[in-house]
Amino acid sequence: MSTDKPKVATASLAGCFGCHMSILDIDDRILQLIDLVDFDKSPVDDIKEFTGRCAVGLIEGGCCNEENVRVLQDFRKHCDVLISLGECAICGGIPAMRNNVPLKECFDEAYRNGPSVHNPSGEYPSDPEIPLLLNKVYPCHEVVKMDYHLQGCPPPADTIWAALTALLTDKPVELPYELIKYD
Amino acid sequence: MSDSLAALVASTCEEFGNDRTRMMDIVRAIQKEEGCVSSETLDLIAGQLGTYRVEVESVVSFYAFLSSRPKGEVVVRICDDIIDEMKGAENVAAAFAEELGVEMGGTTEDGKVTLERTPCIGMCDQAPAAIVNDVPITNLDESKARAIAKILQEGGAPAHLVTTFGHGNNANDLVRSMVTNNIRKRGPVVFSDFSSGSAIDKALAMTPAEVIRDVKTSRLRGRGGAGFPTGMKWDFTRHSTGDKRYVICNADEGEPGTFKDRTILTECPDLMFEGMTIAGYAVGSDAGIVYLRGEYAYLLPFLEDVLSKRREKGLLGTNIGGKEGFAFDIRIQMGAGAYICGEETALISSCEGQRGDPKNRPPFPAQKGYLASPTTVNNVETFCCVARILDQGPGWFAQMGSKGSAGTKLLSVSGDCTSPGVYEVPFGITLGDFLKLAGGENAAAVQVGGPSGQMVGPDDFGKTICYDDLATGGSVMVFGPHRNILEIAAKFMDFFVEESCGYCTPCRAGNVLLQGHLKRILDGRGEMEDLDYMQKTGETVKLTSRCGLGQTSPNPVLSTLKNFRPAYEVLIKEKKEEGFKAAFDIQEALGDSKGLIGRESTIYND
Ligand SMILES: Cc1cc2nc3c(=O)[nH]c(=O)nc-3n(C[C@H](O)[C@H](O)[C@H](O)COP(=O)(O)O)c2cc1C
Ligand code: SF4
Ligand code: SF4
Ligand code: FES
Repeated sequence: MSTDKPKVATASLAGCFGCHMSILDIDDRILQLIDLVDFDKSPVDDIKEFTGRCAVGLIEGGCCNEENVRVLQDFRKHCDVLISLGECAICGGIPAMRNNVPLKECFDEAYRNGPSVHNPSGEYPSDPEIPLLLNKVYPCHEVVKMDYHLQGCPPPADTIWAALTALLTDKPVELPYELIKYD
Repeated sequence: MSDSLAALVASTCEEFGNDRTRMMDIVRAIQKEEGCVSSETLDLIAGQLGTYRVEVESVVSFYAFLSSRPKGEVVVRICDDIIDEMKGAENVAAAFAEELGVEMGGTTEDGKVTLERTPCIGMCDQAPAAIVNDVPITNLDESKARAIAKILQEGGAPAHLVTTFGHGNNANDLVRSMVTNNIRKRGPVVFSDFSSGSAIDKALAMTPAEVIRDVKTSRLRGRGGAGFPTGMKWDFTRHSTGDKRYVICNADEGEPGTFKDRTILTECPDLMFEGMTIAGYAVGSDAGIVYLRGEYAYLLPFLEDVLSKRREKGLLGTNIGGKEGFAFDIRIQMGAGAYICGEETALISSCEGQRGDPKNRPPFPAQKGYLASPTTVNNVETFCCVARILDQGPGWFAQMGSKGSAGTKLLSVSGDCTSPGVYEVPFGITLGDFLKLAGGENAAAVQVGGPSGQMVGPDDFGKTICYDDLATGGSVMVFGPHRNILEIAAKFMDFFVEESCGYCTPCRAGNVLLQGHLKRILDGRGEMEDLDYMQKTGETVKLTSRCGLGQTSPNPVLSTLKNFRPAYEVLIKEKKEEGFKAAFDIQEALGDSKGLIGRESTIYND
């Protein structure tokens, strides 16, 4: 693979992978995309760590735990342009519905009182492998600077395509009304 | 269900003609008897009025002074606005809380006393102040607070807390209030002798069109803040189609720092009622309403008495001033603690017995106002000007003041000055000259026009007070060099967040965002980018909000960004790492988790 192509990286933080599915929904245009860019760290190609500097980072989901924060900060260090992709990245989305519930109540429901929970000791799991939860779910731009927001749950493939190709070909991003209309 | 409650609801509703549009009066009356409008009562009222429970509930839940849950027999509401805070309201509140043994917002176990906070109650010149049920208690301090708490706990009536009376009509048998007028400067328009009926006589000698012409010639503009030409508004109202027309006097006076209408209502209500009557003649209306803020309920018996005396004199009622066919009467509509109800369309909603939600404009009230009829809404002071204009002539009035702003203006000044109170000054006075009058020349900042106005510094003290330069509905708050400008701005944002009616997103959410960013900066966690963000968000909120509240609510931020930018910049520290948000602190965000799980982070452990 030629190395002078700009690189794109993606990550799913506290999201449902729906936004990544929408990236894949660009269908056969993915072949055109591969002509334009190389994919770096991303669940799409399963590259786990950055191999170098990237032009664009696409972030799905907000930050619900310390691992999300670490990944997001890592993206900020490695990417020229960072994009919040979808409602969860922009506002916290569904995961942020827990923000009105104290963390202890969330833990109790998940590890003690939930109808399918079997936990005779009543202890919360403390394995260091399990990242610690944040006190609430944060939208990405409250943790690091985000350059763009693409709204939608998920943003349609055509919208992602239009934004990405414009950025990669140095053209102004033009999103006609149909691409950002959601009702 | 108790029969006596049902009987009370039935008789109260009947007293107001089982009329849904009198919902405010009905729920206020019932709350006065029962202490609250309980869930059961909501159903009873809805049944009696033939409406839905939600209509009643939406009113009761909207207003700060109405409640569906029982409160103490006595509710102590302490003003927690900036002026009172500067004068020690925190200590007063703490003394009350300690003496009563309740938290702020709580009720004593014996159900006797509830302790609450409230925004400006119009007593800024005698802060710290509180209202105890309907009774204003001014110039509070810790020891007075403790003494009052004791009396109330022993079952003393709020009226007994008043031992000395203020001057003028504050000592009137129907008022008996400790409030002092603090009228520091009298002027020719409002604070001058007036003989009731003289202006009406002159008006009735002309045709309504001629009266409107005179008001136009006087170049009178509205005193409530927006400054719309009064004659033009009356002309629109007169010429809009409708069977009935209304004249509404806006005595909501909710803009923090404004208390000039308080002195008019106390000392010259006749002048105001006379102006309303003239308005009725001019626009062709036979019904006027004074919308009196709940905080001024202590003036209600007095004002009702002034009205009945005017009826006796033939200045209200039918064939007024001997003019065949001219009838006009006035009723007083009480508010119940909602700043937004000063906005004219929200005020109309409230008069119609609804939540105080602003309405879409157009149609403007002059076209379709109260009960969908043409309505002119004017400020208390505006009506006083009208009466004087008719009495003294439009030319006399027009030659006072400045080019675009004729006449005098009442200013209510409070804060760091030696002579807080009400001043009647000609329009066009410079802010600096005015500060000298009030003993506030050492000010480092002055908030002109209340939170919705502008915060200006000494560079702007040469500007003039008038509609085209420094506009104000009356509020002037003075801040000395030892005050923290941004904390004041933050306090004002808290006010708007609390008082937004919540209808439109820019105002409901945008003000919260501005408030959050300002707090962040005050916490030393702001970034330069936040300033741009606040500027842009503030402009968006102004541009896209539906009513005047949202269209002015970002002003505390925008005017301090403009006039006090260094105050922001000194609080902004160097960034830690490029692109990382200074406001996000990972250890703080993990605090709850670390406590619950009982271990440190393995990722962030330095
Ligand atoms: C949030 C808000 C609060 C207001 N409060 C008052 C008030 O307390 N008194 C008042 O006269 N006008 C108030 N106004 C202005 C009124 O909407 C209206 O313009 C005014 O009563 C018209 O009277 P005028 O033409 O005599 O000034 C307020 C406006 C807004 C947007
Ligand atoms: S925005 Fe919607 S599709 Fe994307 S991660 Fe959130 S829930 Fe899933
Ligand atoms: S601007 Fe604010 S107060 Fe006015 S209608 Fe919208 S939400 Fe309500
Ligand atoms: S009475 Fe407290 S600020 Fe006006």
